[in-house]
Amino acid sequence: MSIGARFPKSDGVAKADGSGIYADDIALPRMLHAKILRSPHAHARIRGIDLGAAEALPGVVATLVGAELPLKYGVIPWTQDETALAVEKVRHVGDAVACIAAIDERTADEALRLVKVDYEVLPAVLTPEDALEHPEIKVNERAKVGNVTKHVHLQFGEVDEAVAGATAVVRETYRYAGSTHVPIEPHCAVARIDADGNLTVWSSTQIPHYVHRELSRVLGLSQSKVRVIQPLLGGAFGGKSDPFALEFCVAKLAMKTGRPVKILYTREEVFYAHRGRHPMKMDVTLALDADGRIAAVDNKILIDGGAYASFGLVTAYYAGQLLTGPYRFGTYRFDSYRMYTNKPPCGPKRGHGSVQPRFAFEVALDEAAEKLGLDPVEARRRNFIGEFVETVNGQKITSNGFLKCLELVEKASGWKERHGKLGPGRGLGVAGSMYISGTAYPVYPNEMPQSGVLVKLDRSGRVAIYSGASDIGQGVNTLLCQIAAEELHCDPYDVTVVSADTDLTPVDLGAYSSRVTYMVGIAAREACQKLAEKLRAAGGATFTEACQRAEAAEGAPLAATGGYRTEKLGGDYRGGTIGASPAYSFTAHVAEVSVDEETGIWNVERIWAAHDCGKALNPTLVEGQIEGSVYMGAAEAQMEEMVYDEKGLLFGPSLLDYRIPTSLDTPDLDSYIVESNDPGGPYGAKEAGEGPLHPAIPAIANGIHDACGIRIRELPFYPQRVLKLLRERDARREERAAS
Amino acid sequence: MMTLPDLTVLRPGSVAEAVEALRANPGARVLAGGTDIVPNLKYGMYDTRHLVALRGLSSELRYVREHQSGELRLGAMCSIDELGRSELVKARVPALADACRQIAGPQLRRMGTLGGNLCLDTRCVYVNQSHFWRSALGYCLKKDGTVCHVVAGGKRCVAAASNDTAPVLLALDASVKTISPRGERTIALHEFYVADGLHNTVLAPDELLTEVRIPAAAARRRQAFAKLRMRAAIDFPALNLAVALELDGHSVKSVSLAVSALAARPALIKGLQDLHGHAADAIFAEELGRRAHKQCKPLTNIGIDPGWRRDVLPVLVRRTVLRAIG
Repeated sequence: MSIGARFPKSDGVAKADGSGIYADDIALPRMLHAKILRSPHAHARIRGIDLGAAEALPGVVATLVGAELPLKYGVIPWTQDETALAVEKVRHVGDAVACIAAIDERTADEALRLVKVDYEVLPAVLTPEDALEHPEIKVNERAKVGNVTKHVHLQFGEVDEAVAGATAVVRETYRYAGSTHVPIEPHCAVARIDADGNLTVWSSTQIPHYVHRELSRVLGLSQSKVRVIQPLLGGAFGGKSDPFALEFCVAKLAMKTGRPVKILYTREEVFYAHRGRHPMKMDVTLALDADGRIAAVDNKILIDGGAYASFGLVTAYYAGQLLTGPYRFGTYRFDSYRMYTNKPPCGPKRGHGSVQPRFAFEVALDEAAEKLGLDPVEARRRNFIGEFVETVNGQKITSNGFLKCLELVEKASGWKERHGKLGPGRGLGVAGSMYISGTAYPVYPNEMPQSGVLVKLDRSGRVAIYSGASDIGQGVNTLLCQIAAEELHCDPYDVTVVSADTDLTPVDLGAYSSRVTYMVGIAAREACQKLAEKLRAAGGATFTEACQRAEAAEGAPLAATGGYRTEKLGGDYRGGTIGASPAYSFTAHVAEVSVDEETGIWNVERIWAAHDCGKALNPTLVEGQIEGSVYMGAAEAQMEEMVYDEKGLLFGPSLLDYRIPTSLDTPDLDSYIVESNDPGGPYGAKEAGEGPLHPAIPAIANGIHDACGIRIRELPFYPQRVLKLLRERDARREERAAS
Repeated sequence: MMTLPDLTVLRPGSVAEAVEALRANPGARVLAGGTDIVPNLKYGMYDTRHLVALRGLSSELRYVREHQSGELRLGAMCSIDELGRSELVKARVPALADACRQIAGPQLRRMGTLGGNLCLDTRCVYVNQSHFWRSALGYCLKKDGTVCHVVAGGKRCVAAASNDTAPVLLALDASVKTISPRGERTIALHEFYVADGLHNTVLAPDELLTEVRIPAAAARRRQAFAKLRMRAAIDFPALNLAVALELDGHSVKSVSLAVSALAARPALIKGLQDLHGHAADAIFAEELGRRAHKQCKPLTNIGIDPGWRRDVLPVLVRRTVLRAIG
């Protein structure tokens, strides 16, 4: 059987041996290279752009300014607020201003230095607090009120009464720093226009369908004249799920020059393109009743959004809507503001919108349990919400393997024998979480399937699968081979996958919200099952023979389609569908942490991570997703932060100054797969790519507390912050000893 | 990707040819391993049009040998990696081998050279950035500008010496041999570095560092190196230090302590003579930490909290001294 097998990744060798074709590997005859001029100011009006000297430089072929592409775009139809190049204003340092195509990159770079831009510098707002205080400084005109991208206020039950009647109440402020995705492949796009005026754009995107729609709209070409192809991708993590300036620039410049055009972002430009984790300030009230049950959760969330909306409307909802499991909440309220600020725009990073409140909540839960003298694992077990239940905000939970996850990490870490007993400087922390397997809500309202798959059988015995889904490293193309092998009983190596090519493949909405395995899996299984039926009826000693007999019986080539049709889900209130998912994954972590009390330097020694993915269609890929998630979460706790100066300039936009952990800084990881066999998922599967990130951060914070008795409520847990808290702890101890 | 400026690369086949190439092309810069100069060139930090590539000098300048005087002589073109692995270096100057093993990562250590590390340009978060970034900042003293973003009103560049081999060689009283059109000279390492971030050595533009000489006495000294960094690899030092001790039984006969990654000049902690004769114990280690703390004031030139770096320094010194004592 192919499902559940440790089938090797179909693109693994090509990635390892260098034979894989990434966007930057594409080189076409007469191709030009373009570079984007960027704003040195956080906020300024453009009075004029003088391109004369740049255009006169030998080797420069074409230039482009914002006025040539004035239509605003964005994935979310209600918050389209970006243009490829600034039209009147720049809104952050690094905002795109003009673009120059030349015979090579160096000439384009030299030409950029010859452009003269006349800026009228405007006051800037650089924090969400400033953005609230100064509505008169308008970062982005799309905001209806001040600088608010989106305000959400939702309440479920009588929160204030529940807090008043509770036994243990924690009221604390938690701060989550902004971080970015750091895919190893920088963004790259190549455009070509053919003799019939058809435009092809190869782009390192995880949302070819939305890029297709937005290119067509902004360039004024019918969708049938635009083709978007996603080549092999070198990492995305949510950082390639918006349309970006480079895609519009290469397309427009190709149209202007009639020559192919490529843009490859520098690492610095990837930092300005950003769309990473939103910084959040969270004022949490968490109340437990006398036996440790969660009576109320109240969270006031201030979100630093940067200069454009990106997915910010969704962020403002996800920050509250995705917190209501795996524990039962008696009552719940959240109030979130996503603010525009003059910084590179934040967006969806792995665990979009919910990693930050999860950190705050899981630490607050530990703090409240401590007040009751309740063991942290027990506090979580006691509040388990159960299977096939509805959350306080109306989300329908189906399968739920959280208790099993908790039990696994409790046992593996030796929690009962070791928690609170490891001696000074060493401790264990636990945390849990929940995440969506796709969202029931399509980004633009429509009745068409979210995912489509076409499967074709050839008389040679070769199977071809056409899928719009983006393989961004999570392995969906491999999975499609496995599903075909499972249903058709063919050799998985006899399957060709044609993916993410808007001319050739049925639409899939994209690789986001952990939707791909669930939705594409269902679509592929449906198409394959239709064909399997015909093969069974035809009979035959071998698969190839069956294909031939079936084709003869059909009198035509054999093909079938399958789709994932969006279910109606979610609470019956405004915003109730956001965060409504056909199935939820669950995770539990225990982290073992050591702290050097003299320096504040700490280390994650080991993380035990158990994840309920419903059914591991390929356990090797699931383990890879768990490990990658845990590593990425731990990195945010350890060191990652987007730091800006007082003028909005990002400190050190390079991989030397923006540090991500090396292999030596990565903790030992033990991953455990829990299979709850979801009744809705393909073969029982749920998501595995984002959920396992969440508990890493609070588990580490709770482990630091167990190690040395301090509560760290601000990310990253820099050693200087730890050392400061240790000194405060010592001062408190001395005070107690003195009195 | 980031582009390199238009450059002519000269490829001399001997030390003499290299010196001549430097003399004939004013402003030319030396390319040894290239691990630091190449990114800096992409950042537009140098206006040079000529690089003098030293690969052709490997047969002359890539050696580890013991002179009959007992002095250890290291060719400037030795790779950082081979010094970290050299049995002779490990036996005679273990702190140097240790420092080499803590530089960057494996690939960079294989490319980077000893001479390159000693001549490493000073670094600052406000200058080791792209031309665009520096233009948005308003440039600085070190390149294209007139202000210092580290020291308000500062007139002298305080970009940080970030070489990991320097503190060890300083503590061990090493010297370097150089050659220029004016001939050869030997410079004690404590006279090699100057407190100027624009150019922190006494090397003339046409002068080439060819050899490092470590006195025979170094092998008899207890020594240890420590590096503070946020990650276990890749990073330049947030602080680094080396201690060298001569013991007479259980008492300290002599001690030197070098600390770097502060400002442009690696610092030798001053006024330690009164500790000669002190017992080599925890109290001694603590005292060295106290003195280092007093004399060293980390700055914001390195993007890691200077207050915390200063807090950590005495702890690092104490631990390193105890490690050296053994």
